[in-house]
Amino acid sequence: MFDKTVYLDNAASTRLDERVLEAMNPYFFDTYAVATSEFGYSMGIDSKEGLERSRKVIASALGADASEVVFTSGSTESSNMAIKGVLSALKGKKDDHLIVSRLEDFDVLNTAKMLEKQGYKVDFISVDSEGILDLEMLKAAITPQTALVSIQHANQEIGTLQDIKSIADICKEKEVLLHTDATHSFTRIPLDVSEIPVDLVTVSAHTIHGPRGVGALYIREGTPINKWMDGGFQESDRRAGIENIPGAVGFAKAVELVTPEETEQLKAMRDRVIERISAEIPSVTLNGSATSRLPQNANMTFHYVEGESITLHLDMMGFAVSTGSACFSRSLEASHVILGIGGDHERAHGSLRFSFGRFNTMEDADSIIDALKEVVVNLRAISPLSADE
Amino acid sequence: MNFPYSKEVLEHFKNPHNVGKMDDPDGKGLEGSAACGDMVAVYLKVNPETLIIEDISFESYGCASNIATASIITDLAKGKTLDEAKKITWKEAAEALGGLPAVKAHCSVLAVEGLRSAIRDYEEKHGMVVEKETTDEEVVKRRLKHVMNPIKGLDIIRTELVMKITVDEGNVRVVLDLPSHHQFAAAIKEDVIEKLEALWDVESVTVDFIS
Repeated sequence: MFDKTVYLDNAASTRLDERVLEAMNPYFFDTYAVATSEFGYSMGIDSKEGLERSRKVIASALGADASEVVFTSGSTESSNMAIKGVLSALKGKKDDHLIVSRLEDFDVLNTAKMLEKQGYKVDFISVDSEGILDLEMLKAAITPQTALVSIQHANQEIGTLQDIKSIADICKEKEVLLHTDATHSFTRIPLDVSEIPVDLVTVSAHTIHGPRGVGALYIREGTPINKWMDGGFQESDRRAGIENIPGAVGFAKAVELVTPEETEQLKAMRDRVIERISAEIPSVTLNGSATSRLPQNANMTFHYVEGESITLHLDMMGFAVSTGSACFSRSLEASHVILGIGGDHERAHGSLRFSFGRFNTMEDADSIIDALKEVVVNLRAISPLSADE
Repeated sequence: MNFPYSKEVLEHFKNPHNVGKMDDPDGKGLEGSAACGDMVAVYLKVNPETLIIEDISFESYGCASNIATASIITDLAKGKTLDEAKKITWKEAAEALGGLPAVKAHCSVLAVEGLRSAIRDYEEKHGMVVEKETTDEEVVKRRLKHVMNPIKGLDIIRTELVMKITVDEGNVRVVLDLPSHHQFAAAIKEDVIEKLEALWDVESVTVDFIS
């Protein structure tokens, strides 16, 4: 049944690459010992080797040393660990001040909101109409009391990229730690920590055709950070819990499979969607920066129609895409990202995100545009809103 | 394929009945707003002798629940007298659609509101409303029965979300038993304001939360 689905929601999750599964398989059925058994029996040594080999691959993709990478259960855990771990370690040494952007994904945004309720001082920094952070505003917000800045590398919804090098330079100059959530940019947009002075980086396997439930946190050597989960002494006593070795191996394989050519192909599909929709469907707005954006993301608002109606029609026609409409989810709140770039509720309700992955083709991009033309015309025909009102 | 809606909802969503703007309608109603993500316009042609709804159509800016309910509600109202059509409830529409997801109730209830609003418009234009009702606590309560509590899928009066209502010289204050940071707080507030500010003698509407 799903064979015919054209899946364009790769920002939410991607299909596992079979080569990743092949790499993981031995760690389920042959080398399944826990890594902490390395001093007990040989299978433990093999497991440990698999884990450490994978750590090196993730570290290398970031320009880091393997000792600076901690495996986690995914982006949410990585970002929670980064923010809560640093604030906890700095408690009493710096005032409890955290700075995040308004567009952060929920792993950072809701962590910040929860900390605010617990008495931490949190500044939510605004962005411009393309979703780009105002660096002067960031500079002004940093005070001697600031413990941590957390600004995403790429936005999960509108794909806007932040100038993370400049942000990192500002933080370094002000002697403030910087965390970045690079879940959506990892391996697609270079982020080399040997050149960019970022202290903590969240990455995940699920956006690059790796397994779900595994991610990593880069922690620059010497960064003050506490464990935020108590238990065993795994991951050099930084993250308690039995390591997900098949997951880590799969993550590493997924990283190795990403190529610059593939990223160019994603970019070509993205550009085709943006160009053809802009030319062939009236009353459409591109959300996010036209130039500084993820190669795999296009986000557009189809005015006068509601997003869930579009996605449901598309679903019935065999296309899976996501919308920023409140009706799409159990929450009644329209996308905080579209509202955050100054869009009104109507713009948020009619927005669609197209996120491309390895298994998409140019034919997918063309076929969804053809379907959209029909759906949008039909829905606009029954809408009480229209261009001339 | 699996969908979050019944086959009846999907059928009405795919092929809605009685669609389109009506030229020169005898009565029309518009409920909801683009800001809230749902809007329904209902148009009526009424036989002045029999007061039977001879033709009815709708326009919708909304989700599948909204479109499907508007479609079924126009089917249910067609051929009925105004008094009969006024009694059509959201529950009746939801049953005819084989059920609606609780979280989508607020989207679909607008269609029922749109029908009633169109009937009211006809009655006002044709001198059928004798006197305007003064807004008091009871009137407010009645209007708020059309504001859904998405947490429970029923209105905010029946689910006891409304803690206090005061009406003072056209200034209405509603206190909700919900913290202001709750995920549904902003949407419910907008809905409450929308339902009350349209009343003829209401000057202002304030919505407060418990914290």
